Amino acid sequence: MTATPITARSMGTSLDRQDGREKVTGHATYAVEHPVDDVLQVWMVQAPVARGTVRRVDAGAALAHPGVVRVLDHESAPRMPADDDRDLEYSVLQDDRIRFRGQVVALVLAESSEAAREGARLVRVDYAEEPHAVTMDDAEAYAPESGVNGGHETDYADGDLDAAIHDSAVVVEQTYTTPHEFNSPMEPHGATALWDGAMLTMWDSTQAVHAMRSTFAPLLGLGEEQVRVLAPYVGGGFGSKGGPKAPDVAAALAALAVEGRPVRLATTRQQMFSLAGYRTQTVSHVRLGADADGRLRGVGHEAISQTSGFKEFAEQTASAARMLYAAEARSSTHRVVPLDVSVPSWMRAPGEMPGMFAHEVAMDELAVAAGIDPVELRVRNEPDVDPETGKPFNDRRLVECLRKGGERFGWTGRTGPTRATDGDWWVGTGVAASTYPTLWMPGNTCRIEVLDGGRYAVSIGAVDIGQGARTVLTQISADALGVDPSAVDLAVADSDLPVATVAGGSAGTGSWGTAIVQTAQQLRADHGADPEVGVHTTSTTEEYPDMEAHALHSFGAVYAEVRVHRWTGELRVPRLHGTFSVGRVINPVTGRSQLLGGLVMGLSGALFEEGWRDPRYGHVVTQDLASYHVAAHADVKDVQAFWLDEEDPLATPYGGRGIGEIGIVGTAAAIANAAYDATGIRVRDLPLTADRFLG
Amino acid sequence: MRELTYLEPDDTTEAVAAVSGDPEAAYLGGGTNLVDHLKLGLATPSTLVDVTGLPMDTVEVHTSGAEPVMRIGANVRNSDLAAHPVLRAHLPVVSRALLAGASGQIRNQATTGGNLLQRTRCVYFQDTTTPCNKREPGSGCSALQGYGRYNAVLGASDACVATHPSDLAVALAAVDAVVLVQGVDGERRVPFADLHRLPGDEPERDTTLAHGELVTGVELTASPASRTSTYAKVRDRASYAFALVSVAGALDLDEDTVRDVRIAWGGIAHKPWRATVAEDALRGKRLTEDAVREAVEAELADASTTDQSAYKLPMVRNTTAHTLLTLAGQAGDPR
Repeated sequence: MTATPITARSMGTSLDRQDGREKVTGHATYAVEHPVDDVLQVWMVQAPVARGTVRRVDAGAALAHPGVVRVLDHESAPRMPADDDRDLEYSVLQDDRIRFRGQVVALVLAESSEAAREGARLVRVDYAEEPHAVTMDDAEAYAPESGVNGGHETDYADGDLDAAIHDSAVVVEQTYTTPHEFNSPMEPHGATALWDGAMLTMWDSTQAVHAMRSTFAPLLGLGEEQVRVLAPYVGGGFGSKGGPKAPDVAAALAALAVEGRPVRLATTRQQMFSLAGYRTQTVSHVRLGADADGRLRGVGHEAISQTSGFKEFAEQTASAARMLYAAEARSSTHRVVPLDVSVPSWMRAPGEMPGMFAHEVAMDELAVAAGIDPVELRVRNEPDVDPETGKPFNDRRLVECLRKGGERFGWTGRTGPTRATDGDWWVGTGVAASTYPTLWMPGNTCRIEVLDGGRYAVSIGAVDIGQGARTVLTQISADALGVDPSAVDLAVADSDLPVATVAGGSAGTGSWGTAIVQTAQQLRADHGADPEVGVHTTSTTEEYPDMEAHALHSFGAVYAEVRVHRWTGELRVPRLHGTFSVGRVINPVTGRSQLLGGLVMGLSGALFEEGWRDPRYGHVVTQDLASYHVAAHADVKDVQAFWLDEEDPLATPYGGRGIGEIGIVGTAAAIANAAYDATGIRVRDLPLTADRFLG
Repeated sequence: MRELTYLEPDDTTEAVAAVSGDPEAAYLGGGTNLVDHLKLGLATPSTLVDVTGLPMDTVEVHTSGAEPVMRIGANVRNSDLAAHPVLRAHLPVVSRALLAGASGQIRNQATTGGNLLQRTRCVYFQDTTTPCNKREPGSGCSALQGYGRYNAVLGASDACVATHPSDLAVALAAVDAVVLVQGVDGERRVPFADLHRLPGDEPERDTTLAHGELVTGVELTASPASRTSTYAKVRDRASYAFALVSVAGALDLDEDTVRDVRIAWGGIAHKPWRATVAEDALRGKRLTEDAVREAVEAELADASTTDQSAYKLPMVRNTTAHTLLTLAGQAGDPR
């Protein structure tokens, strides 16, 4: 059966975070804290060259060091089954090629973390170094053949953009850039792993226990039934833990090498910068053409990003330009430059975040050029149907977000930079739109069993990465079954549980929640309202939202107030308000936290975050949290998230859409636009550091 | 695990003897810098001599002279010193500099002596996979042609363009602190300007102290200028970031005329940069924005910048002007 919409009882209330007590009291055991006896610590040895081959690994001194038990290199590490198509990011220690600086070239297993680290320092590796290509100028860009991340087409064109721009009364043509940005979850990647000769068990910091299993089993030559992945607590991921990364593979290889002994691998913060994925730098050439009254005739967005030469990742930077505003001609393209660098990957709103920075700053420039209030400009370009697909939107409420958000923020409208002052500060305000597609993944399985005393055991291999999955899935379960949340025993985060998809793409809750609702409804259909203890039902989702009938998206409006110190150039954000249309918010506390987290991460990207790759060496040298700045508490002032009171049964049977990513999307543009309003200085390259505003 | 000997000496004489007698030994204060270095492999001492148990943890205030004199023990924690009422009343620049540094937790741990001896945060110094003359003399300077946002613009050499990261040290440079040092041959008093050195061709040496010399305290004498003093730290992030540029300023005016002025800069050089040229240019002059800018320009005459560090010149000009004008009551609110 397919799920049908349910009625909210617990949903919409602020049920306490189900794992809050364990987390704040320190009892939650994260991946490398899982208690095991007789554990070996693993340290990764990384290549200090960006391209070449390993000539020889001399582990003699390391092995002689007290406490060091084993050293694995590309010759001694457990072999993966031969596979010409093996993903080279996961192909750890399988050959002598160095593909990027920081690549794992050896693993040291020792009785203590200190001994492993010192052992790693003592491993001598000879390299045959080759010239490397690590900057955007070092190689030719190409068009990804199989589309870009998120399932978007590489190129898109509708209408004659050149003609539309030519015929426009007002034109903006500019280039915008965003730097390398790095996921910096509080818990770096890590795992505890045990191979007992028949079964590989991993307590892993991951966003997807089943994806880990289905990737690892064939990679390591094991059957799926021989791999179990558990992720009871995960200290943030933001996409970087959406799939395996080299440290996960390294932990598994180490476990396989020492049958019967558990191993533990904790990634250092510095290692996160080469081994945990990142948002690639982007270059966006944006062309907007409009009539004198601001109605867009043409929207063009050509995006270039960087990928690793050995595994393609194409950030979908120009995707939002296809559907955001009405215009008779729209064109957008993606190109990537393949380099000898580590593999870029998902980071909160890949594509939308850098792309909407470019697009929504360009819209602000258009508003100034046309002399139109930037909110009014966006309202004038509101499409009737999705410009990209021609389908009706499920529930497009961008204008309502702009209006309600503006009212709350105190937006009064303007047609050029205000350049207000308050003492030594220039003060300005800015606005930008946000959007994020509503993704939904089929194939989620849920099992519900009737327990004593009117209780229900709900099982699904979802993962709570801090977003509150344990809490909101309990609430969805309760309402789907028509019971109090306290009657739900929810089990998640174990690949022995029914199959679930990733906590990613803002699609976790929707995809898992639909499976829960469907299974609850199947249970009731099969066993009635008062089932016997012990009966159970398992079902797997095939469909819910009608993607053929509707274009499903969420929307939002971000308003920012910015102060720029007119002597020092320092930029502060005293107010940042986001108003979002995301369907039903299941839990106002965890939901607000998600949206605020997105806004804060957007603020952080706007003002601070920049990974600086040294072209001579090939690695990012700002590789700790003292040199790669993320927002500190003092930077987070009046940040508020609001949402429209709505439900969207077209998206999910519980009426909600994903909220993990939309908070970050328009934030950097709103802040950059406010900085322009304050100073008259237009910054088109993130981040907006103090030196940009010095007179 | 790299083994080392850990000693807790009973007195300073024993501590000094222990470190002086072993070229591989090092003092351990609050550990907020050295412990990081042990983990990163930047420091490999054979012996750590923990001085935090030694009786140098008090602040003495002597009021017998014309001006209050503070003798601050090297072990006084940054947070305790910042809160000291005499310091706040007579030398606010020092308190503000302390509070501009690090985080609450680190200030609770970090000591006065250790703060002055912390090492550069240059990203290459901290990355053992890249050349760095300060870490490995003769290996080359990666920062010269590399990441340069925090590079020095005054007093650098071909061997090193690192900056000193301390905020406290900048304030102490401005108020003519005296550093109390004990060595095997007894105690000596080091004028603050003589403590840190420019890199020259020996960037591995941050200070003029001999190996084994122990900072036991800092002596501060208040002055009319120090009572009208403040510290302005410019950074991208609102807290918990090293200075792009910082200014310690102290000012004593006779009506509009500068009777005494002290200016020291952080984020500019290998050592806290006392801007004596600018001070001399301002003494006896009317304090105006133009006068300050002219004075700063003279101080910056030998500045050398790259694309990445060029912003520091307008930033230090503006911030110095703003700091002094604020002290004179001529500019808007403090930040």
